[in-house]
Amino acid sequence: MAKTYFTQDHEWLSVESGIATVGITDYAQEQLGDLVFVELPQVGTKLSKGDTAVVVESVKAASDVYAPVDGEITDANGALSSDPSLVNSAATGDGWLWKMKLADESQLAGLMDEAAYKAHIG
Amino acid sequence: MTGDDTKHLPLEDLHTAVGARFGAFAGWSMPLTYPAGVMKEHLHTREHAGLFDISHMKLFEVSGPGVVALLNRACPLDAGALGISQSKYTFFLNEAAGIIDDLIVTRLGDTRFMVVANAGNAVEDEKHLRALAADFDVKVEALDRVFLAIQGPEAWAALSRAGIETGSLLFMHGIEPKQNWFMSRSGYTGEDGFEIGLPEADARTLVAKLLEDERVLWIGLAARDSLRLEAGLCLHGQDITPEVDPASAGLMWAIPKDLRASGSFIGADALRAILERGAAQKRVGLKPEGRQPVRAGAALFDADGNPAGHVTSGGFGPSAGHPVAMGYASTPLAKPGTKLFADVRGTKIPIDISSLPFTPHRYRKG
Repeated sequence: MAKTYFTQDHEWLSVESGIATVGITDYAQEQLGDLVFVELPQVGTKLSKGDTAVVVESVKAASDVYAPVDGEITDANGALSSDPSLVNSAATGDGWLWKMKLADESQLAGLMDEAAYKAHIG
Repeated sequence: MTGDDTKHLPLEDLHTAVGARFGAFAGWSMPLTYPAGVMKEHLHTREHAGLFDISHMKLFEVSGPGVVALLNRACPLDAGALGISQSKYTFFLNEAAGIIDDLIVTRLGDTRFMVVANAGNAVEDEKHLRALAADFDVKVEALDRVFLAIQGPEAWAALSRAGIETGSLLFMHGIEPKQNWFMSRSGYTGEDGFEIGLPEADARTLVAKLLEDERVLWIGLAARDSLRLEAGLCLHGQDITPEVDPASAGLMWAIPKDLRASGSFIGADALRAILERGAAQKRVGLKPEGRQPVRAGAALFDADGNPAGHVTSGGFGPSAGHPVAMGYASTPLAKPGTKLFADVRGTKIPIDISSLPFTPHRYRKG
């Protein structure tokens, strides 16, 4: 059973068997507005917490999405190349950004659960 | 500018009530998007009618016996040749022919003109105009108005339904349809449309009438930017600045031919020198290959990796359906079809010099 975590930077992680699927929250996509391009990461890239993993571009601006924990990219959502608006229409579903193999599962302890995230965005 | 100095639109409550998202622009808190979102707002303007609150822009009424002489000095303009109600796109230039601001000047009467200036430069423009006016017999009055733009193929019909007839008004003409109103057929989208300066109380009535019409939707600053970029129109402070002259900016069409040789406007000598030796770089349209937007500040390179220019505006064109950009390229390269590369976060993105506009203008010229 996957468990879902949230970050202060409005990302969600769904973790199962040491692999996290990462995306941005519905609140974040609403703030960004219509996305027109997602710069996806290379599979195999090793990231430390806080590194830029993905750049999402709206009509007006480019925004970084950071790695919420340390790990190695195992997959990127290729569907976003042809339809970046999936992030707007299904931020927590088909609009996922990347998957990563966690380097240190203990880092998850520092993240929020859904109730705490909801309180965070007010 | 600190938060305390942020200026607020007189109609801010109307934007808040419909759920606008605000952001800072040129010292003003401006509606960036409405709940429809930038993409829908942009496309709605091209298909129907978009309503923009542009009260951050400033209207100056300039009048008096010396007004033609003043404008001929302040701008590369033959103000005396303008017919009543005729508008002209022009500039304030500095002594080096750099563009202090771009403006629209409209002749209201024999010795009365309206000058519409950009928000970011309004204070400096007013100072500049008043300093010059001291040498002429001219009165400069900064008007306290709400300024609205209604743009798109159905703008005229929506205004007509709201009781404002525009039939005989052609593109780049302006009139005073009511007391303290100024209405011109002009805009910043490439579409047919109107800009209306009017007192706040009248504006509230007009907005309410316009919004009863399902063809009319509020449009935010984000879509205003993507619309003007597709239309190839310059944003002062980005595409044109006091360091850029009209020849480099490809805006010599705005300067009457005989003035280039004989004009005595501020910056005339410097502009003549630039024209004689040729501009080192030229403003160009830029079309990135693929889907990735290339934004302001990106450096341009030729195929051999030599610096070739830079991007001054860039984003996604919802009507064009692809990323669009504008910038400066060294003159020998500044031809449609030239292939360059833009540096985006360390990756070289192929980008083609493209003719402007990206979407054809649809002005009502006659």
